[in-house]
This record gives sequence, C-alpha cells and structure tokens, in this order.
Amino acid sequence: MSNEEKVQAKVEVPMITFKVDGQTVSVPKTLPHPVTGKPEPISIIQACALAGVNIPHLCYHPKLPVAGNCRMCLIEYGMPVLDRERKPVLNPDGSPQIRRIPRQAIACATPVTPGMEVYTQTEGVVRARKSVLEFLALNHPLDCPICDKAGECKLQEYVHQYGQETSHFFETKLEKPKKKAISSKIVLDNERCILCTRCVRFTDSVAKNPALGILNRGALNTISNYPGTEFEHNYTLNTVDICPVGALTSRDFRFQMRTWFLSETPSICPNCATGCNILIHSLKGHIYRLTPRENDAVNSCWMCDSGRLNYKWVNDSRRLSNVLWSEAGRRDEIDWETAISKISAALKSSSKGSTAILVSARQSTEEIFLVSKLAKLLEAQTDSLPRIGEGDFLLLNPDMNPNSKAIEIFGLASATPGANVSKIAKAIESGAIRNLIAIGENPVEMGIEPGLLSRLDLFVVCDILGNKSTLEAQYLLPGASFAEKQGTFINAKGRVQRFGKAFDPMGEARPEYWILSSLLSALTDKLWPKTPEEIFNMMAAELPAFNGMTWAKLGTAGMNLLSTTNTTEK
Amino acid sequence: MHETDSMVMEFSVPNTLESEIDELITHYPEKRSVTLMALHALQAHFGFVSDAGIEWIAQKLDQTPLAVLELVTFYPMFSREPLGKFHFRICRTLSCALNGSEKIYWALCEQLGLDKNVHKRQTTPDGRFTVEFVECLACCNKGPVLFLNEDFHENMTEESVSKLLTICNGDNSSERKGTGK
Ligand code: SF4
Ligand code: SF4
Ligand code: FES
Ligand code: FES
Repeated sequence: MSNEEKVQAKVEVPMITFKVDGQTVSVPKTLPHPVTGKPEPISIIQACALAGVNIPHLCYHPKLPVAGNCRMCLIEYGMPVLDRERKPVLNPDGSPQIRRIPRQAIACATPVTPGMEVYTQTEGVVRARKSVLEFLALNHPLDCPICDKAGECKLQEYVHQYGQETSHFFETKLEKPKKKAISSKIVLDNERCILCTRCVRFTDSVAKNPALGILNRGALNTISNYPGTEFEHNYTLNTVDICPVGALTSRDFRFQMRTWFLSETPSICPNCATGCNILIHSLKGHIYRLTPRENDAVNSCWMCDSGRLNYKWVNDSRRLSNVLWSEAGRRDEIDWETAISKISAALKSSSKGSTAILVSARQSTEEIFLVSKLAKLLEAQTDSLPRIGEGDFLLLNPDMNPNSKAIEIFGLASATPGANVSKIAKAIESGAIRNLIAIGENPVEMGIEPGLLSRLDLFVVCDILGNKSTLEAQYLLPGASFAEKQGTFINAKGRVQRFGKAFDPMGEARPEYWILSSLLSALTDKLWPKTPEEIFNMMAAELPAFNGMTWAKLGTAGMNLLSTTNTTEK
Repeated sequence: MHETDSMVMEFSVPNTLESEIDELITHYPEKRSVTLMALHALQAHFGFVSDAGIEWIAQKLDQTPLAVLELVTFYPMFSREPLGKFHFRICRTLSCALNGSEKIYWALCEQLGLDKNVHKRQTTPDGRFTVEFVECLACCNKGPVLFLNEDFHENMTEESVSKLLTICNGDNSSERKGTGK
C-alpha cells in the first residue's frame, strides 16, 4: 500500500471520541487484528497509545492476539449517563454527566466506547499496579544481578516505578527449572517467567508452530514444549525479544554483556533481500547481538534466527586491515594515497573496454552506483554473483544478497546474474581483458582460475575477509562491513532503507564508497562526493525511480522506489 | 515420564473403546471438546495416562500432543503413572480437614508403609495401593470422606479405614474395582 492509500483506508474507518486523563481524543473505531488483519474494536490500551498515553502492560503486545492475563494494565473509567431515550444526561454546564464504573478494567481487552473517560493515574490505579506487581514478584527469584534482561526488563521497570520495597509474603518461594534448554538457541528460566504467554502466542500465531504451552496448574504453571520435542524454527529468538522478563534467554547472548553498556545503531540485516530493520548492539567495535527494529512495511517486530546470528564474521580476527601491494612475489603494506594513484595510473594507461568489474550485491546502493559510474568510464564488463538460499513464508527471502535490486537498477549483472563470468574468463584468456576489479566478490569462487588471474596487468580486490582471490590480488584493499559504514540497501520489494554505522572499520580498512569515490576522483580529475549522504543525493537526483528521495527523507523507515511499488506488491 | 519403545509398541486402544470415542465426537461441533472424556476413558482402561495415550488422543482429535498434555497436567485426577489396584483419595478441604482427615491419611500411610509427611500421590512398591489427598468431594456434612476407587466412604475414623484396608488385603482378584459398599 502506498502512503496515500493508507491515509484513505484510515479515513474510511469511523472515528470515536473519548477522554483519557482529561484529554479529549478521536481514534478509529476499529483497528486491524495483528495476525488476521480483520477489523476489531479498538481497545483502551491501543487508543491511549495513539493519544500518547502509555499504560503499563506485560502480556499485551501490539503484534500478538490479546490474552489479558497479567492484569498490569488495570485502569479506571467512566461512562456517559444515558436517559431513558438513551440520550446523554447533561450537567448544568452542558457537559455530559459521567458515571465512574466502580470496578477497574484491563485496558488491553476493554474496547473504547464513545464518550468513555479513562483514568490512568488515579490513586486506585496506582494501588492496583502495586498489588499486581507484588503478586508477580511472589515467586519471582529477583535475580536481576545475573539476569540478561536486567536494564530492559519490563517487570524491573515497573517495580522500579510502582513497586513497594516490602512484601507481605514470607513463605518460601517456589522452585522451578532454572536453565531448561528448550532449543539449541534458547534457555528457559521458569522461575523468572511471569506466564504472560507472549512466547506461546508468538510461536503459535506468527511463526505458525504451536510448540509452546503451559503445563501444570496455578502457582506451578510452567512454560514448556512437549517433552522429547525441541522448540526449533527460524524465528524462535523473537520470543527472547518479546519475553517481558529474563525467562527466555538467547544462548548466543547469555551472560555476554550487561545491556546498558551496549549502544544501539539502527541498521538493516544484510543477510537476505527482505532487509529486516534491525538494531546493532555494540560496544568498543564489537557486536554483541542484533535485534529487530519495528518497521511495519518490512518486518513488523520480527527477524529470522539465521539473520540474527550471522554477525560473528564482522569481529573475525582475520579481517583484512592493511592495504597491500604485491609485485614480483613480494607483498608490501602501502598507504591509501599510493594505492589509489597507482591503480588509477594503471587504469588510465589501459585502453577502454579492457577492464572487467565484479561487484557484490552485498555492497551498498551508493557503492553500486559508483561502480556503475566507474564501469561506464572504463567501458568495463561487469557481473555479480547471485546467492540463492531457501526462503520461507514469513520473512526469509531466497535471495541471500541484501542489494540485488541495486545491481539490477544499475544493470551491473548479466540477465542471468553470474553468466558473464565465463565470458570474462575467456576474454582474460584471449588478452582482451587486462584489468580485473573485484569488489566484495571472489573471482576464483565465481570460476576464474588463479592461473588466469596471474595473466592480468591489474588485479584489484576489495574485500573484508581473506579468500583464494585475495591471495592472488596485486592490490588488496580492506573494506568495511555493514556495521562499519553508512549506506542503503534496496530490498526485494524496492524499499530503499538506510543502515547506520556502529563503529569504525578495523585498522586501515575503509568503506568501499570512499575507495570508489577516491578512485573516480583520481581517474576523472574532478572531486566526487565522499559521504554516503552526498552520493545518495547525487544518485537520487539522477534516477527518476528514486522519485525525489533524499538521504534525509529516507529517515529510519525507508521509502519505496517509484516503479517497483506497484509491480512487486501484486 | 517416557516409556520405553517396547511399551509404546504395546500400546493399543481396543476397538470398543475407540468406537466409543468416535461416537462421542459426533456430539460436538469441535473434536477438541472430547479431549477430557477421551482422557478419562483411556485412564479407566489403562489405569493411567501414558505418553502414547496422549499422542493417540492428539492424533484422533486433531490436537497437538502438547495441548492434550496441558489438560492432563492441569487436572489432578489424571495420573501419569500406573495407579494401584486400590486407590484411596482422602478429602482434605475445610470440613473434612476440621473433622480429622489428616488422621485418616496418616493411618493409611502408616499401615501401608508410605511416608505420611509427603502430600503427593504415593503408591506402594507392590503397586497395589495408591493414597493421596484430594480437594472437596462434595459430601462435606459427612466428613472426613474418602473415595476408594469409585466408591464413597463417609464419616471415616482410624478404625473404619483399617477395616477397609483389611477388606482390600483379602481381595486377591486381579481386576480393579470398587469395594461394593
Ligand atoms: S517465558 Fe517470557 S514470554 Fe513466555 S510466558 Fe514466560 S514471561 Fe511470558
Ligand atoms: S529475513 Fe532476511 S533480512 Fe530478515 S533477518 Fe532474516 S536474513 Fe535478515
Ligand atoms: S496487559 Fe492487559 S492484562 Fe496483561
Ligand atoms: S470438604 Fe470434604 S467433602 Fe467437602
């Protein structure tokens, strides 16, 4: 749906007016159910959220069916008094008379009705929050000092805000399984669990795998999978994110770092063409975890486990971090200036059409754009390697490259991507191609034998980890991973999305856009833009498909390309 | 809780029982509604609810085994282990407790060599007797009351429970049944 369509769809839903803490607000009468999409009466918690009033909640999650079991969201409310003709009775000043309902209600499962008045800050509501928290803490181990969730735990936050320092409970706390391995990726602490069933509802209604349930009764309730089966699918780690407490912990992140030391950088998952919006959690140049960032146009609040866990390579100690130059069997470290001027001199002295460029669909759009400029300048042949994996019904796209769309837009791959490589190999053999530049691609892996590579006049490889081609390179230029630079990826549906820089590249490594821009400046004797923002704005101004986008307008949510909006969304 | 493979292989539901459950299914708009009755039927037949039984019901009623297990662990009247031939369920809710149901429990445990301080279902090593506390049996004016298998015994005393035990001890037949009171 385009933005305009969305606005229209909103207008069609009738509005209702209610009051929250004295503020009058109009909200849509219904909202789509988070899973089925069917319109459902708007609940108090949803309406208050639209009005900017946050009601404490634990079991409620905007993307899951409502369970109403934690009672954290209790509020008080009043209804307009109606006369026999069901007309509102008015006060002398003309305002409607309101009758306070003597019982509190749960905001997550109570629909808003016209004229309703909701009170979220009364003494009674605060008392209710205190009591609910006291109950939740009865058997809770309160082991925050060793809990991975500490610092981002909802229970901890609410107890800090509303809790009391004493409890009426002096009995011995119940003991439950404390480190139950419910899957290869998750450890469950049944003592910390507050039985909100978010995990149960997620795996059932979003991941369509009803693997979790509640066993036993009352205080003995425990979340469990069926004994002898494992909780295994590609979305299980989302339950760790949505668990409001530290009951579900990711083995990968368990005990690795206190959450408050981590900085969060908005980014895009580089592991497939879906382009899930994510946060990089890092400290001192080290990634500790990736988590999904909400974007309803792409990934809702979720991401897949394979994408989430594929980040270790960024901190690989074998990352390339020096600019290297090989000649006559020797390999020396050189500086960037020397490398760029030597490469550009070699390219300048060779004839047009004698260069081939292999560029990866894992590079940013700005880099791919600069490669297209370079290719045009050198009249180079180009190609890019497709990476096909297995997709699934929820998010995972079979295209494992994050930016195939950009390669397609700038026409840098053959009709069947990768099919040019054999032609390039032949041309190297015949001597028609004298220079090869590989950016994020491994020509040996693509089928150009090391024997052929040694025949080239110029062989430049820009990559981040060593491989068979980096061993052969005359110039080895260390590049930056997605976490070490800014840029955009264009996902399979044509959404242009910005990813941010969490920390600097290692050692001498530099973002590829910087390398390409420097090379273009050296080749053309004019200054090319050097920041992702400038490069993006130059590119967007040139290509109508970008429909007037600017780096700033993209924001953190991204924008859709013009032509693909309608074709790709059926 | 997991049976050996041989036990799983031995598990088979007699045709009469299966057709009884099939018939029950026809009474409800959803197959799921039969779950509790099917569990009772299987427990009555096998003496307990096994993993194989749970999986059989799940398949029969288009449920996940987990959904059936949730019910089994929710209701205390289902047993995951074989019950004794004589099953004593002693009420410990208020009226009965005030009238001394604990003494009845202790007397039974002592005479059967069970631990009277354990408030969980216990079965004698020979597998003949199971003793447990249960909640109100809805006969509060005649407390303490107990169930011996499916039979009610009211106004129990230490003597009357000993007598019951003597009757049981004299019963050497192999079927599981009530005492006929
Ligand atoms: S494990 Fe977490 S998400 Fe699941 S029910 Fe318990 S508290 Fe809720
Ligand atoms: S679906 Fe694709 S983009 Fe999303 S997290 Fe998985 S690999 Fe990353
Ligand atoms: S958030 Fe409403 S009951 Fe849990
Ligand atoms: S209290 Fe024992 S039967 Fe009701």
